[in-house]
Amino acid sequence: MAKVTLKGLSHSYLKTQSSDADWAIRGVDIDWNDGGAYALLGPSGCGKTTLLNIISGLITPTKGDILFDDKVISGLSPVERNIAQIFQFPVIYDTMTVYDNLAFPLRNRKIPEEEIKVKVHEIAEMLELSSTLNNRASGLTADGKQKISLGRGLVRSDVNAIMFDEPLTVIDPHLKWILRSKLKELHQKINRTMIYVTHDQTEALTFADQVVVMHEGQIVQTGTPVDLFEKPKHTFVGYFIGSPGMNVLPCQIKGKDVIVNGKKVETHQQIKKSKFNKTEVGVRPEFISFSNDGIPVKVLSVSNTGRHKIVDTESETGKIKIIAKSNEDIPSGSAFLKFKKEYTYTYGDSWIIE
Amino acid sequence: MNKTVNQKAWFFVIPVFVLVAFNAIIPLMTVVNYAFQETFGNNVFMWEGTRWFKQIMLSERFHASLGRQFLFTFIILFIQIPLGIAIALTMPKEGIGVPVCLVLMSMPLLIPWNVVGAMWNIFALPDIGFLGHSLNALGFDYNFTQQIGDAWFTTILMDVWHWTSLVVLLSYAGLRSIQPAYYQAAEIDGASRWAIFTKIELPKMKKVLTIAILLRFMDSFMIYTEPFVLTGGGPGNATAFLSIDLVKMALGQFDLGPAAAMSLIYFFIVLLVCWVFYTLMMRNEEKS
Repeated sequence: MAKVTLKGLSHSYLKTQSSDADWAIRGVDIDWNDGGAYALLGPSGCGKTTLLNIISGLITPTKGDILFDDKVISGLSPVERNIAQIFQFPVIYDTMTVYDNLAFPLRNRKIPEEEIKVKVHEIAEMLELSSTLNNRASGLTADGKQKISLGRGLVRSDVNAIMFDEPLTVIDPHLKWILRSKLKELHQKINRTMIYVTHDQTEALTFADQVVVMHEGQIVQTGTPVDLFEKPKHTFVGYFIGSPGMNVLPCQIKGKDVIVNGKKVETHQQIKKSKFNKTEVGVRPEFISFSNDGIPVKVLSVSNTGRHKIVDTESETGKIKIIAKSNEDIPSGSAFLKFKKEYTYTYGDSWIIE
Repeated sequence: MNKTVNQKAWFFVIPVFVLVAFNAIIPLMTVVNYAFQETFGNNVFMWEGTRWFKQIMLSERFHASLGRQFLFTFIILFIQIPLGIAIALTMPKEGIGVPVCLVLMSMPLLIPWNVVGAMWNIFALPDIGFLGHSLNALGFDYNFTQQIGDAWFTTILMDVWHWTSLVVLLSYAGLRSIQPAYYQAAEIDGASRWAIFTKIELPKMKKVLTIAILLRFMDSFMIYTEPFVLTGGGPGNATAFLSIDLVKMALGQFDLGPAAAMSLIYFFIVLLVCWVFYTLMMRNEEKS
């Protein structure tokens, strides 16, 4: 078990780098506490798997340091780092039984056979694999195989961290829920640092205490699921988290006033000065309501999801989505919108203005 | 569901049937015909029943060439399969080395069989051949045209040179299809290089290796051209493998009946061994 720290980490798959786009990840700083559950969230190609492989030691970063418990471990091999990793596709050793698969990491470390037996049975019990221990692993279903991969990661009691690289990709939707709650339960039981990589916001938000959102190789925000939802620090976090994502509208800043579509909008922050190329206002659909006065819009369509209504409207400078209660009356034709001040933020060059 | 009955579809099978008839069924039936009869030419045949089969099965000459054949096949499989896997493991996985290695590896496979035989014959000649001359210069008493051991050594070396590439290419394809996650997982699990080989690579290569072994078994068991050009089956009958012996009997001595019976026995041995081997290899596959 260990605290994981990343300092100024950058990695490029190219030999020489001329622009920001040549870096798979750039300037990543992270502090993860011992025993926490963390998620790395981002779309495909944002660098999250690269970052994970750097932590586990499968990739050597171009720049920066990795520290476990404040000791630099950048040069060490995966075995020396003593971490466990579970991959996107279940990795099992075909010719071995389920028992031998689970025992494999322990046998490689020359642990006495009696101790292995206790450990393997304990893990098999947790993952509900006990009845299949003597079967050949190749005969199992995808979720059974992924449980074995999981088990191989959990079987060593001394690992510094367990890393998951989109482990539920190949699992059927109804089993995803089961395995996910299993993981959460395991985390509470064994209390080890767990790092979970995913592009699925539901997975990240339900699994982790702290979510790290990545975009084009950079960390755009780190925070609890509530932080990410209520105060996105980057417009990307706004779009990416929430369904539908945050509305982002161009705005002008005149003195201390924020102007959207010619109307003054009250935002969370006090604007002191503005020297940005692009300024925007972001507000989640949940925090917009119809009003007698405000931003003028045209109502385009209403879709009822059962729990609530999603209203598509069009303003002068772009579309705005609104989430309304399912029993609320939606005006047709033109209407006016009001943003909830404490959840409306101004962004300069995509980053929140503070 | 109602299936449409359309017997006209059979017409589409006719061209294939005719082709197969001419290149396989008719020649094979001719051989069967000869195997049960005696002929003195002029299309006169007499029924002999199973006489030729009994004669071949009891013949010491057949036993000897069958024994040589099995020994040869066993030796070359024993060398080529491990060697092929070993070379495939050391081949580069990316970069310019990949096409270079693949082309170099395919070269021996592209050379016609009789050319291979002729090449090695000249290469191994004790007085002027590079191999033969060098070995003699180094103090070895090497002469593949006169010494049985040297003849076997040269034949095996030639076959290894000619065919190991096939095993290499198949193994390489098998190795390349293993997902990188397996190696990464093994690294994290702390597996040794040997464990990676036996627990990941070999099991994942099982299917291509089965094909490689089957192909090498069949080809080497039916080998004719290369040893015929290299040693002509000699010295004596030392390298007269089944095919060479069969041709001697059929065309040299014109014993058509026994030769036909021998062909059929030969054919059934190949079929039987392939079937047994394949069934054994695939037995566990179906269970899982």
